[in-house]
Amino acid sequence: MSVYTQTSRGTTYRFDGLVELMAKATPARSGDELAGCAAGSDAERVAAQLALADVPLSQFLEEPLVPYETDEVTRLILDTHDAVAFEPVRSLTVGAFRDWLLELAPRPEAGSVMGALAPGLTPEMVAAVSKLMRNQDLIAVAKATRVTTAFRSTVGLPGRLATRLQPNHPTDDLRGIAAATLDGLLLGCGDAVIGVNPAGDSPQTCADLLHLLDGIRSEYEIPTQTCVLTHVTTTIGLIEAGVPVDLVFQSVAGTQAANEGFGVSLSMLKEGYEAGLSLGRGTVGKNVMYMETGQGSALSADAHRGVGDRPVDQQTLEARAYAVCREYKPLLVNTVVGFIGPEYLYDGKQIIRAGLEDHFCGKLLGLPMGVDVCYTNHAEADQDDMDTLLTLLGVAGCSFVIAVPGADDVMLGYQSTSFHDALYTRQALGMRPAPEFEAWLRKMQMMDDDGRVLPVEASSSALRALTGVSR
Amino acid sequence: MTDFWDELRATTQARIGLGRAGDGMPTSRVLEFRLAHAVARDAVHDPLDVDALVGELVRSGVCAGIEDDAGTGAVRAPVIEGEPGRARLGAPVVVTSRAANRAEYLRRPDRGRLPRDLAGLPATGADVGFVLADGLSARALQTHGPALLKALVEALPATFTLAPPVIATQARVGLGDHIGAALGVKTVLVLIGERPGLSVADSLGVYLTHHPEPGRPDSDRNCVSNIHSPGGLPYEAAARVIGGLIAGARQLGRSGVALKDTSREAAIAASTPDVALP
Repeated sequence: MSVYTQTSRGTTYRFDGLVELMAKATPARSGDELAGCAAGSDAERVAAQLALADVPLSQFLEEPLVPYETDEVTRLILDTHDAVAFEPVRSLTVGAFRDWLLELAPRPEAGSVMGALAPGLTPEMVAAVSKLMRNQDLIAVAKATRVTTAFRSTVGLPGRLATRLQPNHPTDDLRGIAAATLDGLLLGCGDAVIGVNPAGDSPQTCADLLHLLDGIRSEYEIPTQTCVLTHVTTTIGLIEAGVPVDLVFQSVAGTQAANEGFGVSLSMLKEGYEAGLSLGRGTVGKNVMYMETGQGSALSADAHRGVGDRPVDQQTLEARAYAVCREYKPLLVNTVVGFIGPEYLYDGKQIIRAGLEDHFCGKLLGLPMGVDVCYTNHAEADQDDMDTLLTLLGVAGCSFVIAVPGADDVMLGYQSTSFHDALYTRQALGMRPAPEFEAWLRKMQMMDDDGRVLPVEASSSALRALTGVSR
Repeated sequence: MTDFWDELRATTQARIGLGRAGDGMPTSRVLEFRLAHAVARDAVHDPLDVDALVGELVRSGVCAGIEDDAGTGAVRAPVIEGEPGRARLGAPVVVTSRAANRAEYLRRPDRGRLPRDLAGLPATGADVGFVLADGLSARALQTHGPALLKALVEALPATFTLAPPVIATQARVGLGDHIGAALGVKTVLVLIGERPGLSVADSLGVYLTHHPEPGRPDSDRNCVSNIHSPGGLPYEAAARVIGGLIAGARQLGRSGVALKDTSREAAIAASTPDVALP
């Protein structure tokens, strides 16, 4: 294993391998402290960043953090690495790569250059450069990327902010879910997806929910897609049973062992992807996967170890999850940034930092990144922190955010962003919904010429009948 | 407009139809939310009242009373077969995790999954064991634990042998693997307080693990969540689903992803846990 040393103000720090160097260079967070891989002091953290800045990007192709032999995610990353695409940055160090990105970002060709570069980057390279970046760097570079995907709506266009309408219900009550869906549509949300986390994943319950959502979508000709966020094997079964599935969902993580904790493998994801693709239900695009990730998922499954059985930092593992996602050309990738709890991201500061890192890393790897700007009641965070992160992500060109009634998810028991929050962000930053959805809002007389979502009385809206489900 | 949403509010506790102040929420809605958040934060930090919980379990007739074993404080309870007129379960046993206090519990979930000492647990070889865990809302266990346990016991076949319930404090779901293995049960059910939300700060979840043993991944579990009243999954309905899952696990020889709930209990179902367990 390679050894990295850094002498700073008379103290010499030693880091055994990239795995330790990357962990200790990571901005402070509780999850790395829990895993026992965080820097022991602020000075050691900066020393690690200084050493990391001098590491050649090509070193990440030579020195895997998680063993190639035992981890299919590492094999995916290295076996699909595109050496030609990598060529423009092949000779750079991590520190020089940061400068290169910041030089490129303001230029008109930035989006196409970064799009062409993406297959040449590994998650570890992207995670490494993010560790050297300030929040403004993460925003500036992410904003310059161009990642668009499509199914019935187009996600990720410049000046657009899409939303997942998330009408969850603690007992999957169809009327309650329809009521929350109506509320969200009236407030201009749902252009990324109307997606329910079921309280359980009985195939019949998922089928009932899909029939409900697909019925609403087709009745009102809403240019969006629907999804029930159940295990990929359940969705494959539903597709075989002829249930109307738009998007195939799965939570994924950055190690093979963590994915096993979710009960998935790459071959299973491929099967789900192909099953979704076979339906041909997209009208403006063929991206059929909806994938979710979040820092700390590998650690929470005790599946976070790399070479020499040493802990890998959670942000690097999160970036590795994006390598899993990109193999299946997803419509949406959502990092559920504050959901997992204070043992991974302790407070508002750590959640904000992680949200910007995840968005940056995903975008640089070519993914349609959305962020669930969220926190739980046992974290040291509140709505003010969420306002800050949401605004920053809007500036950074985030593809989509989550929208739940009143920011309160009564099924999952956490706080996300609200329909109102989406309106605020679009208004404050001059952003619009996905173009197909915007046209629909105009057609339904729910949006004016300036892009403002009108305060429509529910009782007089043509959509009101959608709550009249029979069960 | 008010009437329109009022009718729909009967179908969900979600914050629908809040109205608008420009693109934001009206002042009253913002303050309601802030109050709910404050109450939920307080719920996370309230400790479990173990004596009160034991008292309620005994009073409800589901458990035998605790007997002090020769004044040592250790408690032994035999497996009790289902017999009319007798408590179906033995006396509760109390254990704790290696998390010393709430602050440590929140930042070190690993310690919440490990037992401090299980020497007081009898090796039962029973069909089913029950762990009553505080999790992230002791209030949920305090409020719904006894009634849910009673419903579970009544939903299981009379031929099943049942281990005495184990009350666990500063506990995570994974602690149930250690407790289940020490009890020697075929299936362990962990009844645990879920992370408090704004509308509901006292929701219980049940995690089922067949052949529990330390090191089980979460994909080997099935869960039934959002058990509370009013508005959540009722005790009896939850118990029926779990009863079906236990039967399925015994037939299949395992729990987890491979075990689906096909009991088709209205819109009620079980799932394999996703990102984070309590």
